[in-house]
Amino acid sequence: MTDATAGAGPNPQDAAAKAAEKPGPMLAADGTPLKKSLSRALRRQKLRALMLIAPLLIFVLVTFVAPIADMLFRSVENQIVSDTLPRTTAALDDWNADSGELPGEAVYEGLYYDMVIAEERKLHTRLGSRLNYEQTGLSSLFRQTGRGVDDIGEVYFDQFDDLNPAWDEAVTWAELMGEPNWVAEAKARAGNDESIPGFEMKDGIEDLLPRTAEMYGIFAEFTETEDEDSPIEEEPWEMVHVALYQDLVSQDVSGYDGAQADLLNEAKAAVGDFETIGFKDGFLEIEDDWGNHDIWATIKTYSPNYTNGYFLAAVDMEKTPDGPALRDENERIYGILFQRTMFMSLMITFSCILLGYPVAWLLANLPSRSANLLLILVLLPFWTSLLVRTSAWKVMLQQQGVINDVLVWLGLVADDARLVMINNQFGTIVAMTHILLPFMILPLYSVMQTIPPSYLRAAKSLGATNWTAFWRVYFPQSVPGIGAGSILVFILAIGYYITPEIVGGTTGTFISNRIAYHISSSLNWGLAAALGTILLAVVMALYWCYDKIVGIDNVKLG
Amino acid sequence: MADGSNEAFVAFERVQKSYDGENLVVKDLNLSLPKGEFLTMLGPSGSGKTTCLMMLAGFETATHGEIKIGGVSINHIPPHKRGIGMVFQNYALFPHMTVAENLSFPLEVRKMGKSEREKKVKRALDMVQMGAFGGRRPAQLSGGQQQRIALARALVFEAELVLMDEPLGALDKQLREHMQFEIKRIADDLGITVVYVTHDQTEALTMSDRVAVFDDGRIQQLAPPDELYEAPQNSFVAQFIGENNTLEGTVETIGSGRCTVKLDQGAVIDAVPVNVSQKGERTRVSIRPERVEFNPQMGPDAHTLEAEVQEFVYMGDVFRTRLKVAGKEDFVVKTRNRADQVRLSPGEKITIGWLPEDCRALDAT
Ligand SMILES: Nc1ncnc2c1ncn2[C@@H]1O[C@H](COP(=O)(O)OP(=O)(O)O)[C@@H](O)[C@H]1O
Ligand SMILES: [Mg+2]
Repeated sequence: MTDATAGAGPNPQDAAAKAAEKPGPMLAADGTPLKKSLSRALRRQKLRALMLIAPLLIFVLVTFVAPIADMLFRSVENQIVSDTLPRTTAALDDWNADSGELPGEAVYEGLYYDMVIAEERKLHTRLGSRLNYEQTGLSSLFRQTGRGVDDIGEVYFDQFDDLNPAWDEAVTWAELMGEPNWVAEAKARAGNDESIPGFEMKDGIEDLLPRTAEMYGIFAEFTETEDEDSPIEEEPWEMVHVALYQDLVSQDVSGYDGAQADLLNEAKAAVGDFETIGFKDGFLEIEDDWGNHDIWATIKTYSPNYTNGYFLAAVDMEKTPDGPALRDENERIYGILFQRTMFMSLMITFSCILLGYPVAWLLANLPSRSANLLLILVLLPFWTSLLVRTSAWKVMLQQQGVINDVLVWLGLVADDARLVMINNQFGTIVAMTHILLPFMILPLYSVMQTIPPSYLRAAKSLGATNWTAFWRVYFPQSVPGIGAGSILVFILAIGYYITPEIVGGTTGTFISNRIAYHISSSLNWGLAAALGTILLAVVMALYWCYDKIVGIDNVKLG
Repeated sequence: MADGSNEAFVAFERVQKSYDGENLVVKDLNLSLPKGEFLTMLGPSGSGKTTCLMMLAGFETATHGEIKIGGVSINHIPPHKRGIGMVFQNYALFPHMTVAENLSFPLEVRKMGKSEREKKVKRALDMVQMGAFGGRRPAQLSGGQQQRIALARALVFEAELVLMDEPLGALDKQLREHMQFEIKRIADDLGITVVYVTHDQTEALTMSDRVAVFDDGRIQQLAPPDELYEAPQNSFVAQFIGENNTLEGTVETIGSGRCTVKLDQGAVIDAVPVNVSQKGERTRVSIRPERVEFNPQMGPDAHTLEAEVQEFVYMGDVFRTRLKVAGKEDFVVKTRNRADQVRLSPGEKITIGWLPEDCRALDAT
């Protein structure tokens, strides 16, 4: 048995034996262990390589990894509810939605303060839109409530005012709540039109009037940062009056001897006779819907910081008191859209294989001069704008379009029965096959180029007919090209947006069109992110399947 | 010719081939070989050898003329029906099949039963001593092993005619020599007819029954190896086969079987006229390096020449001495390494001579 490898080269067993003779680690010339000095040398190489790819790495991180991470985060993120309604959601923790009763007064109290603050910050409409995804009507409810919520405060505001007009003065409040030094300084500066230092809360006032202190603090901060004004000159919101009323009813203020102590004690004596309005009643007066159990259930369901609601919505499910359940038959759209997207992408991929394979074969087997010309023709579509190409298909395929005209002229189709070939699945498949065809041809071509013609000749010389030679010998070797092209085309197709948007009509649109709709029209980014995440997962799952079945190392781009 | 064509197994008759309609790559090829012959097409690159082979295999069509196998024209028979085994230069083993599947392929397309296929594959693998490698992929074999498999595949379906296009071109020298022997042995054992293409003359000389020397689309000479070496019919063949010394001159006298040539530098030598026919014609005389003798003791009519040693190379079994003869500095003499053989040193002046029948007067082109 003679061959080139036998006997040539050192015997690995010999080498191993030699290495085993030496005790301890191998040493380099300078005495350091060989392993260490090798890894040091390699580390420098690696560092240099890293520096070379650093610009690309940063680019990819910023433009690819970060947006995907952001998308994944958005698809479960739900902080807007608890951020906007912190007191309400905290109070709702104690409420059991299954009880069938409305939440208690504490929840409405929290809602009152939350709504006033949100309204001042103009956040309540955003929250309304967010919750409207889950239950229609919530958007207008929050808008209406924002307008009416001050009515509750007015009741107490007027009574404090009636009791003593001093309560209508900004300075009164500032003296009551502010640190005396700050009050003096602020007053002096205000008189001279100088800039006023930031508000400082009086020591101990939080214990005395906890709600008032909290609300006044919020008011003061908002006034300073948003209105660029000072609480020394601005009368507080009605909500602070409400808080003061609540504090005076429940707290003992006799120990207080700071500024405005008399006024406070006067008010303390009077509040017992105040006309009151319950928070719950106040809200019911603004909007009947606040008495709707379902609305509270929805708010409670979406009060955690993270939610699977977007994902449920993306697979046509919704949260119900009994856990997630499928939506009604007529409300399901995403399942159908996902199925359609998969089906059409597969159709497009197969059409591309069918049309692209012969072209690639021709390209690989023509003499190079004609092959180059053909390659230019294949690449020609890349030189034309995508929109132009898609619109051209519209012109070709529409009912008054070129193809229908020709068919009618030939008498193959009656004039009143022109074919519908656009704004449906057929149109989308045709146009997208055309657009994605080069992505199939190029990998196929480069793989076919590496298959020497001698294989076909060998097969024929062994007795195979043209077809057998092709099918048994040539085709299996071109499969890696088909694999690469299919992955490319399929992944491009599954996320394609422009073409289905233009020629897809209603039956030929993809999931990506829906994603775009949620991003730019309905502004439901969470749902868009969930849909995108599912799409990403589907693609990766398919990729994984492909790897298991065909083997990813069988994919060659050339 | 009439009885010759009866026993001819393969025959090219007046075959021409042009790829571009302007140049003839094969010009008027006539060649016939009997069953069982090992014929080598030898020639420089681009001389049309592969083209001839491809026409025989059916992958190129002859522009003119006829190719016959067993007396039947095969011009219009497609390649897969010709039943010709073929070994390609790059072996063309199907990479996605195992060795056994590669060998079984020609049997499958012939719709042979499974057990019979397995039997034949095994026999073919054993024949090339690769019985243990049936389950491997071609990429897992060395070049020499792939070569054996390619050979086995060309033989497994019992083709009577096997074509090989530079099958050993990619192997190193030692392996190539071994495979030359192996191929020849198998071909003789099976009694198959082989048309073998190579540009390596040693390969051609050691393996073949007959060698067809190709140049410029023509067969320059078709002869058994010894005849080719010892009696080249023109200066191309003399130059192409083995090492050769040429001296240019003009024919002075010409008789039957003997002529005298006046070399350009003045000396006159005897030679055998091969393709010179008349006095005054330009000629190149050809002498093999090993037929030259130093200080010859020859008959009175033998001509000798003065020479000056340029270089002496010790090559182990032979000495190679380069001389300046008749104004040319590339005259080579090879002498066997014998105990009594003189070792010349550069600058020495000696006389050289040879038997007139070893000196052939050929065409001057
Ligand atoms: N397919 C082809 N098309 C055009 N010219 C070719 C083709 N194959 C070979 N030739 C030309 O024919 C000549 C002979 O080639 P070939 O038969 O391959 O020579 P060889 O095998 O002796 O090296 C060369 O000049 C080559 O350029
Ligand atoms: Mg060749």
